[in-house]
Amino acid sequence: MVDWFSDNRGLVAALMIFSLVVLFMWALFVGWRDTVLTSKNQVFGDPQRTSGGWYWTICGASTLMLVWFYFSWGIGRAYMPSAANDMCQVAKLDEALSPIKAALPGGARYYKSTLLVARNTAQLNSIQKELLSSAFSQAEQKLLNELIEKIRSLMVISSNPKNLSVETIEKIDKLVLKLDAVSAELLSGTQGLTPTAIALAQPKWGTTHVEIPIAPITPLGILFDKGSVLASKAASLFQTIKNHAPASKVVIEELKSDITVLKNANEIGEFNGGIKAQRVAYVKSLERIFRRLDDGTIFPANSLEGINAAIARLDGAREIAQGNFQLMQALFFPGPGVVKSRTQCSEQGSARWLPKPTDVIATFLKLANPDINSGGGYKGVPLLWWEWKPIAGFVGFFVPNWIADFWPGDYARHRVDGSIELNLKDKILQFATGKIHLGSVPALHGHLWDSVFRVLVAMILGVVLGVPLGLFMGVSRFFKSFFDPLIEIYRPVPPLAWAPLILTIFGITDDGKVFLLFMVAFAIMVISARTGASGTQLSKIRASHSLGASDRQIMWNVIFPNALPEILTGIRIAIGVCWGTLVAAEILAGTTGVGFIENIARTVSDYELIWVTILIMGILGLLFDVFMRLLIKRTIPWRGQG
Amino acid sequence: MTDLVCEDLSMTFVNPSTGFEVEALKDINFTLKKGELLTVLGPSGCGKTTLLNMIAGFLRPTSGKASLGGRMIDAPGVERGMVFQQGALFEWLTVSKNVDFGLRMKKADPEKIKKLVEKWLDIVGLQGFGDTPTYQLSGGMQQRVALARCLVNDPSVILMDEPLGALDALTREKMQSLILTLWKETGKTILFITHSVEEALLLGERLFVMAPRPGRIYKEYHLPFAERGLSESLRDIKQDVVFTEVREEILTMIWDMEEEIMGRG
Repeated sequence: MVDWFSDNRGLVAALMIFSLVVLFMWALFVGWRDTVLTSKNQVFGDPQRTSGGWYWTICGASTLMLVWFYFSWGIGRAYMPSAANDMCQVAKLDEALSPIKAALPGGARYYKSTLLVARNTAQLNSIQKELLSSAFSQAEQKLLNELIEKIRSLMVISSNPKNLSVETIEKIDKLVLKLDAVSAELLSGTQGLTPTAIALAQPKWGTTHVEIPIAPITPLGILFDKGSVLASKAASLFQTIKNHAPASKVVIEELKSDITVLKNANEIGEFNGGIKAQRVAYVKSLERIFRRLDDGTIFPANSLEGINAAIARLDGAREIAQGNFQLMQALFFPGPGVVKSRTQCSEQGSARWLPKPTDVIATFLKLANPDINSGGGYKGVPLLWWEWKPIAGFVGFFVPNWIADFWPGDYARHRVDGSIELNLKDKILQFATGKIHLGSVPALHGHLWDSVFRVLVAMILGVVLGVPLGLFMGVSRFFKSFFDPLIEIYRPVPPLAWAPLILTIFGITDDGKVFLLFMVAFAIMVISARTGASGTQLSKIRASHSLGASDRQIMWNVIFPNALPEILTGIRIAIGVCWGTLVAAEILAGTTGVGFIENIARTVSDYELIWVTILIMGILGLLFDVFMRLLIKRTIPWRGQG
Repeated sequence: MTDLVCEDLSMTFVNPSTGFEVEALKDINFTLKKGELLTVLGPSGCGKTTLLNMIAGFLRPTSGKASLGGRMIDAPGVERGMVFQQGALFEWLTVSKNVDFGLRMKKADPEKIKKLVEKWLDIVGLQGFGDTPTYQLSGGMQQRVALARCLVNDPSVILMDEPLGALDALTREKMQSLILTLWKETGKTILFITHSVEEALLLGERLFVMAPRPGRIYKEYHLPFAERGLSESLRDIKQDVVFTEVREEILTMIWDMEEEIMGRG
């Protein structure tokens, strides 16, 4: 079942999307019929106007799901399963052409040469200004000025098309031919192109760790793949084109020797530390600008027009070749599309961090699979399952070990013959430490249970200790005044601020997290119970006194039930806060739990798993809250009616 | 005899922040014989409720003492039942659980409790409502529960603090008849506080008009209307000439007091 779902998620998604659209339309129709075609009894502003409206709920939910499907490319993948592969082939072409495009106005607004000239001129200007206040003598300054002018002349030489070498002109012409060959290839059509068996055997889109199959599986894809091979050859040719103008050779040699002279002067001359460093730095920056010009990367602008035009032709051919596919991509694949980087193609934009709903379900099913050996669970622990657990373990957890220490007598000592006979005190210790066999019981375990268990234990402790204290604080001057500082000092500190301290003290075991959550729950329970108790109507207290109730009876029969609504609301709030704190605590330290899974998923950028944990936490938190709301409704129906 | 006796009862409140002293009550002296129905009337702030709270044992007098049947009152007790303005019912309990609250606290025999509760629910006209949650009852019914809850404990004195103040006129009249009936049938001593002159006249066998600053008994009346109310319609009594005269007299009295307060304030 899990495997089937995993392999056919495209089909499942297609069915889901179809039903969602149908559901959406139907709910819209029902909503329209009920709101427009029936006369209303309520006027605007009447709270009654918000009651009912289940059809809008369906509308909203299906809209949300459809938006999710859309932005995660779920719709695209469901109905165009090979689209990502095609986009990958286009991305291959783009990747191959990117170094050429980056140097042309077609891809980057300016010629790279124009930008280089602008930058070098700006740097030369500023360095020339620096010269006046520099550590050089008048004579040296004159020499340096000449040097700067020579460097400028290099730019002038390489910007003039007359100075282009024959070799460079030939290479440029060759590149234009190669680019046109790519265009021709793209325009040659997809007839006769069939994918290889190896390409077809690739895993489907999104089913494995490699997102998108890289080898082309459609004729269109093969066309672009072939184009990209040609394009990358053109790109390697482009890398070799340099503008080493013959006219600049002499100037370059002169400059090289000039700079060497300057460097030597700096070496030999006796300057004080600051001046010397200044001189060295100045010559170094001059040399840096010179080296850049020596590279031959500045071309006359009009010499590259041919390449620019070829690229424009190629872009035109690319669009023609893509045809309708480009429109499909714009409609169903929001974002910048697919990008190829070195060895793999990946989805970009919202699809990158928003996994498709079916992928989330598949990941959840895999996580929820209790069979660890077949790849279920996470890090060797299932999400939620049961196992036989020895009873002694529970006993050992709850019975403190010092009980044995207080038992009269001594622990056993080994005899002369090396034997040890255990006495009653030893047996009690075994009992308290859980080292005695008492049978086994089925118990829940797994990441989810661990998280829930921590919250439950902390909540039980918080309620059992916090509610009585809160009630007493609500009725007794001593309790109120004595415990107020304690509660009020630790409560305003955000639980996450306590977490590092408490987790350091207790380590990564459950104790620390439970204690942290207990602190959270305890403060909330104390405050809510106290508010509830002190909010008891005086007349009720007086009435019960007159009816002959003792103080203890009043506490239990009047003040407690009166505080119950506040207490239950407190529990509801505390569970929510505990749940939030727990996840953070598990992220900080832990080896199991939903927060732990999310943290590990984060480190490997496993977006699907991150979303699964987020959804699990959201749904569980919602379930807690719904349960508490039902409980409140059933236990305190008098609430707000007293 | 279980007479309620107040001797030189005084109460002074001190405002904790300003230190300002208010004489809520000063030298209250009266004896309420067993079976008497006393209504207490007066402008707001004249110490009616303070007096009641002291007799109930919720407040200690600054000086003087109150005693019931010769025993000094220093704490709340079952022998002095209370009925409050809002009923002060326990809304988390059903009607019968409210009524038997006192008996349950005493740990009385469950069989006996059941019988008593049924009897009293019958008397106050709530038969069949035993299992209804109290928050579902109307104001009048809630006050019936409060009455039953108090009476089931068999107190010697019933202290009522404006019990009908929050009810509508019609319910109020029905409840007034009920109180008169209960008074006659049980023979309980009743101390009834109200701010309605008509009610005080209708129910009070004796009537105290109290005056404020310091709170004191201004005038006492002995009235025939409560006796008559047992057999006659209350509406007819209200038409009575004597009734109207006394009512106007008391109203003028209270108006004068109020004006004096306003003038001083």
